[in-house]
Amino acid sequence: MKYLPLLWAGLFRKKTRTLLTLASIVIAFLLFGLLQAVQAAFEAGADAADAKRLLTISRYSFIELLPIAHLKQIERVPGVVGVSYAEWFGAKYQNESNAFPVFAVDPERYLAMYPEFTIAPAQREAFARTRTGAVAGVRLVERFGWKIGQTLPISSEIHPKTDGDLNWQFDLVGVLDAEDPAVRGNTDIVLINVAYFDEARQNNRGKTGWYVERVADSSQAKAISAAIDERFANSPDETRTQPEKEFAVGFAKQIGDIGALVTRILIAVFFTILILTGNTLAQSIRERIPELAILKTLGFSDGKVTALVVAEAVLMLVLGGAIGMAAATALLPVVNGGTGGRFPPLFVGAETWMWALVLALFVALAVGLPPAWRARRLRIVDALAGHR
Amino acid sequence: MRWLNQVAQITLINLRNVPQRMGTSLVVVIGIAGVVGVLVSVLAMAEGFRHTLASTGRPNRVILLRAGSDAEMSSGIGRDQIPLIASLPAIARDASDRPLASAELVVMVDLPRRGQTDPNNVPFRGIQPSALSIRDEVRIVNGRPFARGVREVIVGRKAAQQFEGLEVGSRIAFRDSDWQVVGIFTSGGDVHESEIWADVEVAQSAFRRLSFQSVTATLADGSDAGLAALEASVKRDRRFSLAILREPAYYAKQAGVLSRLISVLGYTVAAFMAVGATFGALNCMYSAIASRQVEIATLRAIGFGGAPVVVSVMIEALVLALLGGAVGGTLAYVYCDGATLSTLNFNTFSQVAFDFRVTPRLLAQGFVWALLIGAVGGLLPAVQAARLPVTVALRTS
Repeated sequence: MKYLPLLWAGLFRKKTRTLLTLASIVIAFLLFGLLQAVQAAFEAGADAADAKRLLTISRYSFIELLPIAHLKQIERVPGVVGVSYAEWFGAKYQNESNAFPVFAVDPERYLAMYPEFTIAPAQREAFARTRTGAVAGVRLVERFGWKIGQTLPISSEIHPKTDGDLNWQFDLVGVLDAEDPAVRGNTDIVLINVAYFDEARQNNRGKTGWYVERVADSSQAKAISAAIDERFANSPDETRTQPEKEFAVGFAKQIGDIGALVTRILIAVFFTILILTGNTLAQSIRERIPELAILKTLGFSDGKVTALVVAEAVLMLVLGGAIGMAAATALLPVVNGGTGGRFPPLFVGAETWMWALVLALFVALAVGLPPAWRARRLRIVDALAGHR
Repeated sequence: MRWLNQVAQITLINLRNVPQRMGTSLVVVIGIAGVVGVLVSVLAMAEGFRHTLASTGRPNRVILLRAGSDAEMSSGIGRDQIPLIASLPAIARDASDRPLASAELVVMVDLPRRGQTDPNNVPFRGIQPSALSIRDEVRIVNGRPFARGVREVIVGRKAAQQFEGLEVGSRIAFRDSDWQVVGIFTSGGDVHESEIWADVEVAQSAFRRLSFQSVTATLADGSDAGLAALEASVKRDRRFSLAILREPAYYAKQAGVLSRLISVLGYTVAAFMAVGATFGALNCMYSAIASRQVEIATLRAIGFGGAPVVVSVMIEALVLALLGGAVGGTLAYVYCDGATLSTLNFNTFSQVAFDFRVTPRLLAQGFVWALLIGAVGGLLPAVQAARLPVTVALRTS
């Protein structure tokens, strides 16, 4: 620690140069923070997945429906401790298609299935009791300025009412939230009461889009999934059941190459930064060879001089990295505001900070070691005489 | 004249000395190449997606959906409506007086990507025979068109590239139906190249559907008046409850979210990368020139003017920058151009594939950026070096 002033003086020996280098490191880490947040958002489903939840859809395609009658049969599968189901409403709000997902659900069953969602007990009860009731995620409520007790006019692109009308009305009775910011994005939904919905719709009555099951033991998830599918094998409505995590990973894979692309961009960015920073540092050391020789004359050991040079690189990278990551953290709430809640919330997680530190140290060593080696081998006499 | 002569002299000396300063020069070139390479690749992605969208659909064609639906997936049109729609006078007819309207069915089928096992939602479109004369950009590039009434499919070029088992001659199984791939088609790089096409009647029976989802038709009169005539005739007839959109408007809407995401991602990355690496490249230029302080002072001591020194240093910087720009542009071209990316369209929940497009305009943009870095990076330190009193410059170092 006592060498910090020395390091600092060395670093800011040429202010312009150091500031420019620092700026490019800051930007690289800012980009790292932002892109990691985007990637994390794509994979958020998999991270937030509950190992004890399974998802059942039609075997052939997610757009095929399943009979609600499957419910009783799934409940009887050994190891299943809870079942809920949901149907895709195909919402259109203020003339925007899929402005948010709306699921028609059995209120009690569905909310019991997702304990990570928080809702006031009175609101939960009101949702179960009100046939035309709806609950909405907190980010949606904020985005559209909804108030509890108001009517939500939501059209469906798929389900006409019995009179052929596609415009539905629901009463907002509650707000869904989540404590974990990674889960909060999953509350960007509106839930409506299936009891009312199924009775009031014209087509597909008695059918639902998918089932969600809870199992007692997550190590049995695979076996129970197979047992559920087994029950409906060779029936007209065959199923495909997967642990929630697998389903989410599959979905993230559908987004596909974007993740790999982000990684490739970051590699190119850091490679460029590495070369540029490395060059600057090497030059800075070259210019200071007489100074280093004086340090050695004063009794600094070879090891200590080497350490000083490496420490300078580490200081530079950690400083730049910290500023960049802090900037990304500060910037994301603005980005979240800017997307108007249309994208899942982006945030810099603890893991990203850790990776940033690892990356900073790695780059610091990569650029610091070669000049440090040079400083170590420096012979005092030669260096002072001006031979390099 | 004398001035130009001086510039030429110093520039020649400088350029001949570049190999002596291989290290620093190389760093400048690599740095700028990195900036330009990333910039061009990211923009090529956005450009490729834009191109796929822009080439989908023709303004003289319309798509008819159920009123209130914005997408084929959520639309439905009853069988009884199809002949009524096809006989509307605002819809064009071919040489043998058959209406240019195709009633279509779209379902999602699950197919794994090449070398993977997870299912992806690939759009499977049932078309009527007229579809191929309506979409005259469609070409069968391999194999033959499907025969009517049998379980045969033709596959879009990009779908065939991305997903497993879609070669001509292979069989694919969905639900309780087994299909033979008989051809590969292209359609000018549009979104249909990510689809699988079959005879709509066969598809309806295989997927147990009774109705259709959309009708694509050619307008008899492609102008706004022609569209208005179709809209009026549909509105007049109480049996219809349909929404009519020109194809380009429809497909642009379909890709809205993804398009926004790709361009925001692309341009944000490009902007940050450009700024960040510019600082780095600037720095290298700066230190490269700072270390030549003595050399520059010597030139001035033996009688060269300040301005020629600045100009010649600038020229060297620009030459290095151009070199970097060329390397970066070439790398982007070699690695990215034509590379296909397939991702999920959030509006339709189906896979859409598009190619990276490194266009001359993007390459030019890359060069401009490289020159900008070179100019800014060269100018400041050169001016500084030229303004330093000769005696001071010669003494320090």
